[in-house]
Amino acid sequence: MVLIKLLLSFLKIGAFTFGGGYAMIAMIQAEAEHQGWLTQEELVDFVALSESTPGPLAVNMATFVGMRTGGVLGAIIATLGIVLPSFIIILIIAKFFEKYKKSKAVGGIMSGLKPAVVGMIGAAFITVARTVFFPSGVNVSLFSSASFWIFLGLFAVTTVLAFQKVHPIKIILLSAVVGIGAGYGLGL
Amino acid sequence: MNKNLDLFLTFMKIGAFTFGGGYAMIPLIQKEVCENKKWLDEKDISDIVAISESTPGPIAINAATFVGYKTAGFSGACMATLGVVLPSFLIISLISLILTQFQSIRAVRYAFMGIRAAVLALILKALWMMFNQVKKKKKPFSYAIIGLSLVLTAFLEIDAVFVIIGCGLFGLIWSLLKRKEQSNGAD
Repeated sequence: MVLIKLLLSFLKIGAFTFGGGYAMIAMIQAEAEHQGWLTQEELVDFVALSESTPGPLAVNMATFVGMRTGGVLGAIIATLGIVLPSFIIILIIAKFFEKYKKSKAVGGIMSGLKPAVVGMIGAAFITVARTVFFPSGVNVSLFSSASFWIFLGLFAVTTVLAFQKVHPIKIILLSAVVGIGAGYGLGL
Repeated sequence: MNKNLDLFLTFMKIGAFTFGGGYAMIPLIQKEVCENKKWLDEKDISDIVAISESTPGPIAINAATFVGYKTAGFSGACMATLGVVLPSFLIISLISLILTQFQSIRAVRYAFMGIRAAVLALILKALWMMFNQVKKKKKPFSYAIIGLSLVLTAFLEIDAVFVIIGCGLFGLIWSLLKRKEQSNGAD
């Protein structure tokens, strides 16, 4: 039953996400919450690990979630689920490619989908921000806690680095070091 | 060498050496598939990008399946797709086994607290890049959809599937209406 749920969920994610890995976060989060696979923190950690390992983000996340919820078989099934819709759709399109490329209907659909993807990545940003900065809800004591300001500062610095095109792995390594320093320094 | 095996090995190499997925993979595919193996020409690469953007699923999978199919038909598509997935699959399976053992270590927990802030920065950058792509067209219609899909997924927790279908349909209808308007104007 767990395996069938995994397969269906990842088929759905594979069939309905456009624009690559980050657009997928919102949907994986919704499914993970719904099925009780992972906590919000674990999901964010998975995104980081997927960024620091080779291969497509979406495949990495599928393998992770599958492994965590259903062992090796779960990992195989979740990965198959995320790959299969792409695979089948591309096989169909490759045959009719010239027609597909010039199709005005596809152009019209894409003009609605592209901004929708931007909105969904925005939604992923908001939910991850909530996890990072307000893990136990918003309250006044938060703004007097040193850890809140350290992580806000770290977010500001890593944002600048990301926009300077510093490689994501270097950014992740740096933030890991800062996290360890802050953790021991503040005795969290 | 057998073409299917060659496709498998080439895409395994691509899968094992690209970080950050999709778009980072395109230059590598171009180098291997066009320059080294001469399976496809440069024009095909821009087709691959266009097709991957307008179809669902991971860009890397779309690209591997497409190249495999063009080069060696159905079996080529299978081998290329399997090749690009396999390194990720093996590496992640290994890591998730190790991770469970390491999560109880305090330093690892602290490290991830820092890393979460960095992930937020990486998402912000992806958001900015996608937003710029949409902004180029300068349509108020696009901004409305951005706002709508943001509110629906983040605050109202509407299933993303419905948001995607709805926005795709909306784009289709909008473009049909516009075309009608234009052809009426021409009369």
